[in-house]
Amino acid sequence: MCGIIGLLARSDNGRAHLGEFITPMITCMGTRGPDSAGLAVFHTPLENGDRRYGFFHADSHFDWPSFQDDFSSQVARQTESRVLESHATIVSSAEPDDVKQWLSRCYPAVHLLSVGKSIEVFKDEGHPQQIADRYQFESLSGSHAVGHTRMATESSVSPAHAHPFTAGEDFCLVHNGSLSNPNSVRRKLERKGIRFETDNDTEAGCRFLEWRMSEGDTLEESIEASFSVLDGFFTFLMGTADRLVLVRDAFACKPAVVAETDDYVAVASEFRSLAHLPGIESADVYEPKPEQIYSWQQ
Amino acid sequence: MATVTQYDLSAMTVRELNQYLHHELPQQSIEQIEIVNPDGLHSIAVGMNQEVKIDILGHAGYFTAGMNKLAEVTIHGNTGWSVAENMMSGSVRVKGHASECAGASGHGGLLVVEGNTSSRCGISLKGTDIVVGGSVGHFSAFMAQAGTLVICGDAGEHLGDSLYEATIYVGGSIASLGADACEEPMQPADLQRVAELLERAGLEHDPAGFTRVASARELYHWNADAGQEY
Repeated sequence: MCGIIGLLARSDNGRAHLGEFITPMITCMGTRGPDSAGLAVFHTPLENGDRRYGFFHADSHFDWPSFQDDFSSQVARQTESRVLESHATIVSSAEPDDVKQWLSRCYPAVHLLSVGKSIEVFKDEGHPQQIADRYQFESLSGSHAVGHTRMATESSVSPAHAHPFTAGEDFCLVHNGSLSNPNSVRRKLERKGIRFETDNDTEAGCRFLEWRMSEGDTLEESIEASFSVLDGFFTFLMGTADRLVLVRDAFACKPAVVAETDDYVAVASEFRSLAHLPGIESADVYEPKPEQIYSWQQ
Repeated sequence: MATVTQYDLSAMTVRELNQYLHHELPQQSIEQIEIVNPDGLHSIAVGMNQEVKIDILGHAGYFTAGMNKLAEVTIHGNTGWSVAENMMSGSVRVKGHASECAGASGHGGLLVVEGNTSSRCGISLKGTDIVVGGSVGHFSAFMAQAGTLVICGDAGEHLGDSLYEATIYVGGSIASLGADACEEPMQPADLQRVAELLERAGLEHDPAGFTRVASARELYHWNADAGQEY
């Protein structure tokens, strides 16, 4: 199974209170995915060449202050930083490749969750309600968010295997379904020098799409290309710096419901995740069609 | 005037509601029940086994009114997957849209969806009559064995794939027919059947504008020569 949710706010109030709307959406999907959960939230883009780096360490008592000090002295200056349990965020002008090399050299147990001017990812093992409480989802603000609740069927349960998966910058993917050829996709991409962090099928899909975009395709063209490469069932929900993008496979046997009002676009695996949203009674509620790409700009 | 009793799913669980409907309702002389705040919850009013009118006021989730017998259930909103699946008798009406597998495997009764249904509407149908006011998604009436599917709007790809003896009538366009489904001329009995079902559904369309789709019966027997090159 698995549950997916997404929300793009079209009002200042919605952006300010994004976390309050999104939290009941993701906890409601705990029945579809009780073993882990994650959320990517997209903020106003950083300026002056800064990027937001999201880090994870499996030990919630990890010595983040030392990590932050070492980052400052060995990589680059930080303009902002925050620690929450197993998760740390650092805003810095550091280059992604420098950060990745430093991590593999000095902190191999720290996982780089996300990089970008807008994206911030939280994901961990546990019931979605616990994850939402642990990382204070209710207090989040932002323009849009993409979330996932996981019921693992094809690879192990771990924080790294939780969704969203990220690749490149300001791009994430959550997935309900299963791919049947992730190993061959992974082998092809690895031969091109692309590094994987897990054996998860969704990571193969995420890195395939990001690889196409790095080769010059638009996201839409990458998705079109994926139809003949990724074999399996999927409802994919993607977040970019300014968009929510949704697509279902040709058989559309993994669910999705969309609700649109003047104030928001909301996506969920099931309607009950949307039932609490304001104005839902008069929202345009519909089911996305197979192999049709839906894209909503903030 | 009928006695109307209201139940609020924000104040009780679906399990409590269904236990009431199965065990206590048969002891009472209640003719009509209203269910408020369904909020997309699953399995509302499944397994009904008596004549009663049930109105669900709002959007419902999966399996709504599944395995229905005798009851007359109306969903005043949209509903999720498998509404009225495996219905035996009675009627289920969806005022909005229905998701996938509407009326799956139904043996009897009438399912009316006033809006659209998603894919696989009437999959493995075994006798239920289904009337869809709007359009249906891909693979509708897949392996349908008996019963009728009336589609006032358009039909998606692979309509009636591997069809047995159910009959499909389409008012709009057909994206494509599935394996072994074929269009056939409308006979007087077909016009009468469509007119009767449209009347029961409360939908106004000219039966003459419908196309009949039925099984070509080519898949009934294994054809050893099919695809052979020597």
